[in-house]
Amino acid sequence: MSTDDVGDTIARAHRDEWARVVATLTRQFGDLDVAEEAAADAFETAVARWPVDGVPPNPGGWLTTTARRKALDRVRRESKRDDKQKQAQTMYDAPSDPADTGAVEDERLRLVFTCCHPALALEARVALTLRMVGGLTVAEIARAFLVHESAMARRITRAKAKIKAARIPYRVPSEADLPARVSGVLAVLYLVFNEGYLASGPDTDPVRHDLTAEAIRLTRLLHRLLPDEGEVAGLLALMLLTEARRDARVSEEGALVTLQEQDRATWDAAMVAEGHHLVRERVATGRPPGRYQLLAAVNAVHTSAARAEDTDWSQVLALYDQLVRLDPSPVVALNRAVAVAEVDGAEAGLEIVDGLVDELADYHPYVVVRADLLRRLGRLHESRAAYDRAIELAGNTAETAYLRRRRGELDITG
Amino acid sequence: MRYLVNVLHDRPDAATADETAAIDAFDERLQTDGHWVFAGGLASPDSSTVVDGRGEEMVLTDGPCVESREWTSGFWVLEALDLDVALRLAAAGSRACHRRVEVRPFL
Repeated sequence: MSTDDVGDTIARAHRDEWARVVATLTRQFGDLDVAEEAAADAFETAVARWPVDGVPPNPGGWLTTTARRKALDRVRRESKRDDKQKQAQTMYDAPSDPADTGAVEDERLRLVFTCCHPALALEARVALTLRMVGGLTVAEIARAFLVHESAMARRITRAKAKIKAARIPYRVPSEADLPARVSGVLAVLYLVFNEGYLASGPDTDPVRHDLTAEAIRLTRLLHRLLPDEGEVAGLLALMLLTEARRDARVSEEGALVTLQEQDRATWDAAMVAEGHHLVRERVATGRPPGRYQLLAAVNAVHTSAARAEDTDWSQVLALYDQLVRLDPSPVVALNRAVAVAEVDGAEAGLEIVDGLVDELADYHPYVVVRADLLRRLGRLHESRAAYDRAIELAGNTAETAYLRRRRGELDITG
Repeated sequence: MRYLVNVLHDRPDAATADETAAIDAFDERLQTDGHWVFAGGLASPDSSTVVDGRGEEMVLTDGPCVESREWTSGFWVLEALDLDVALRLAAAGSRACHRRVEVRPFL
């Protein structure tokens, strides 16, 4: 095996085995810190040894064994220091009820639920999940969220300390708590995805593929672990149907291309097919869809149309009508207004949009929708003012470029 | 594992009769289920005295040590297996006394 091949094998092992190694060690040693450090040590050892000794026949087993040895070394070192308080605070390993999740429970599921525990702040959950489950380095996570590396390290350390001190259990929640806890995990994954999809900051790439890919990978893992949770399947479908349009979404000049104007031939057909399949599977269960399933269904409608003008907007509107009932937030109402404008005309859409001004005046997607509806109604001066405002508010480079273009086109016609 | 459940409050009014009855019922349940360690209601912070005995002479200061918008109007000390159990009990306690609570683990 060439050095490159060994490198690929290690990268694949890291992707496939990291979470399992951390999860197994966390259970055995009752300590996330020990598990994380030992897993990192084991992978470092693999990087040093495998090109020389060859790749072991069972890389996952080798990594777990090596990590366990590293962890034992550390625990022995620390017990020599007689650090009683540390020992007293080892994490509580609670047995999960096997009836809750089926007989064979994947270790990684406990890890996910512990990292996404609602007693931790959302930003801490995101960081901890990317580190412990995703295997990203602290530096990578810090870069992704435009935070100083030392600040990100503190955030993760503090979260681990709280898990220990407050005895957040290392356990899959009971059936009664599961829906609420799953939705907490999904919020974390969706946040990671969205940060990648519409990265904020004037100097960042408009689409952060590393983050969207990681979010999809983790959601896929969760879907495999909890195949009957409809919202998990829904979020996975939503991410796939969004990610499928990635290349079409930013022009060669770096400007955002809206759904209407995208070259549909460049959409990733395999991702679209997988997303559609997941949506159909959920529809077939006949169970009432949750928020992510409805959003996935909206995206399935869009990605089913060969041309933008073939979009079944009445279907989109029907889905948003359902979504508004589940989530009566102004942002959902805004998205519904876009569908209304397509079905009943721009006037009807604008009427809804104008009713949302108190809540959304400074929310830049709101200003963009309004600018577009005003343009379609021929109210060009108002439209231009709205584009000006939207450009002020937009934080994404591609989006700013798109908005400038739209405003420029107004100047020509107006 | 022991947890302190602090009852947070922002007005000096005492618990109503309904609240008191709900708190009593909750306390009883804690005792039956083996979660009870201790509990108590506290008088308003106006009645507190800060004592500093670190120096030669004891120094007394009238009033609470920190002026804050919210203070502890009572507390429970609970025995619970882990934070999930403590949080579930705290939610029931919050419902019973009709106030927000803060859960803190003992060392």
